[in-house]
Amino acid sequence: MSLIAFAGRRLAQAIPVLLIITVAAFSVIHLVPGDPARVMLGSRATDEAVQVLREQLGLDKPLVTQYLDFLKAAMRLDFGDSLFQRTAIGPIVAARAVHSLALVAYAVLISLVIAVPLALLSAIRRNLLADHVVRALTTLAFCMPSFWTALLLVLLFSIRLKFFPTSGLGDSPLAYLASLTLPAVSIGLYLTPILLRSLRASLIQTLGAEFVEAARARGFGEARILFKHVLRNSLIAMLTILGINVGFLISGAVIVENVFSIPGLGSLMVAAIVQRDYPVIVALTLVFGVVVVAANFLVDLSYALLDPRIRQ
Amino acid sequence: MQTASSPAPLLAARGLSVGLVNRHGAFLATKRVSLAVDRGQSLGLLGESGCGKSITLRALLGLVPHPGEIVGGSVTWKGRDWRSLSKSEIRRIRGKDIAMIFQDPASCLNPVFTIGDQVTETLRLKLSLKAKAARELARDLLDQVGIPAPEERLRLYPHQLSGGMRQRVMIAMAIATEPDLLLADEPTTALDVTIQDQILTLLAGLKERNRMAMILVSHDVGVVAQNCDLIAVMYAGHIVEWGPTYDVLRTPRHPYTRGLLAAIPRLEVSGGRRPLQTIAGAPPTPGELPEGCPFRLRCSSARAECATIPVTLDHKPPGHGSACPIVT
Repeated sequence: MSLIAFAGRRLAQAIPVLLIITVAAFSVIHLVPGDPARVMLGSRATDEAVQVLREQLGLDKPLVTQYLDFLKAAMRLDFGDSLFQRTAIGPIVAARAVHSLALVAYAVLISLVIAVPLALLSAIRRNLLADHVVRALTTLAFCMPSFWTALLLVLLFSIRLKFFPTSGLGDSPLAYLASLTLPAVSIGLYLTPILLRSLRASLIQTLGAEFVEAARARGFGEARILFKHVLRNSLIAMLTILGINVGFLISGAVIVENVFSIPGLGSLMVAAIVQRDYPVIVALTLVFGVVVVAANFLVDLSYALLDPRIRQ
Repeated sequence: MQTASSPAPLLAARGLSVGLVNRHGAFLATKRVSLAVDRGQSLGLLGESGCGKSITLRALLGLVPHPGEIVGGSVTWKGRDWRSLSKSEIRRIRGKDIAMIFQDPASCLNPVFTIGDQVTETLRLKLSLKAKAARELARDLLDQVGIPAPEERLRLYPHQLSGGMRQRVMIAMAIATEPDLLLADEPTTALDVTIQDQILTLLAGLKERNRMAMILVSHDVGVVAQNCDLIAVMYAGHIVEWGPTYDVLRTPRHPYTRGLLAAIPRLEVSGGRRPLQTIAGAPPTPGELPEGCPFRLRCSSARAECATIPVTLDHKPPGHGSACPIVT
């Protein structure tokens, strides 16, 4: 089967999942005990105000109609207005999603750049000094809470060395990148050990494979064997873990976002929950769901690119 | 050493001991193994699973898996000691002068590259061919080893071929450089009987045409009998009997060889059923070898002195050696 046919089939498989996510997102508002409109407005709201909100949210219509309206609007990225900010939710979420995606992409890049060479070193020097040092250091990095790492990085690189801004986002592309660097490193340091360990384990397993021995018997050099033959066979486990973590980090980078005052999706979600801004929560639930599905689709696609057996 | 021909055989091992490490610690997988092959000669290493025959074969190519290592003895290639060769010289010999094929063709090819990628990679590296020439030679080689529609096969991945076809691909890569010696580690064990026969016939033809020497590791007496000039019988890390195939099979001298040959099931038209003969007991666990003769605990001819005798081959004409001084 060709790659395109494989991608098409996986995409088709994602559709029911996406529908279930829309149902889940839609139900958020109805899972509120009592009248959602009253809960949103608080106990001191007038009956008129509650009635206006009910009509605004369409809560007076039958449930199925509400869902279909929601679905239609969601396809146009129309999630109504934020109760708190009084503006359309779509543009708010979109603006923040850009920063979140940029941050996570940057963090993934950093952790890959660290994890892949170190995993290779660890695997070929396994149970020797280099391996122990790599594993000890990455375990240490993993044990440090992100906010702590973030604060230490700010102390050193922003306040003392003044390499990077302490918070906020720069305007020019370079300044933007600079302001995302420390947050990306904080997240990257958390992600690195996870990727490194899974890659190291599968590298060691692949190094024991017979085709590696056969390649040695044909007089292939160790570098060729490692980089060409072993690495490609070992990436799948790491990519699986990467896919899961990307989905999680898009919504879960809230602490790092707060430390660096980055207007991302995580901080938007926390604010929306605190303010009981239900339409925003609904929109974010849907966005996070779609991001997880998309990340997994990309992981599936990369499997098929790496290993022809998966295309079957 | 038993080969009567040239003073410096193509490949010789002298007193080769290989140490391996498993969960229980370090142990000797082979003990003082000596063997030699000359140009055009074929040697069969015969023995049960775990007797050290495969590890001997790897040691001959310097491929003992880490952290195992050769702890004693030497291997010489055309009179030169492996230890005196540089890493790049060893890499040049591997896959060019000495080729190896393996037991399980399913796992010897890299699953993520096409057959064409893998065959041409070998040709480009070992024969310094350009991409186009390598592709053409690859097609010819696949044709030579009896793979139909080679052009299409080159575009397939290993999992899209049958076991027999995969072993043919391995053989094609092995013979591409017209090696002087082919090491074959149970090359047909993973294949069914008809394919096994085709592969062995293919190997015999190639050997004849290129005057290639071959060391064939097998637990199958029939396979060795049909394909080898010489037989070395291994038991618990030792070579216990060595000699020309005909002599070893017709007049086995060591009690283990006798037991092994008696245990071959035979189809008999008359005379009724006889129970299959077996050798009592089980081979010793590596690392727990008894002192003296390793076979003595299972040997019906064992005597008290077997616990102290060294395992060395005597040499009787015509180059037929046994490690048992009791049974002659």
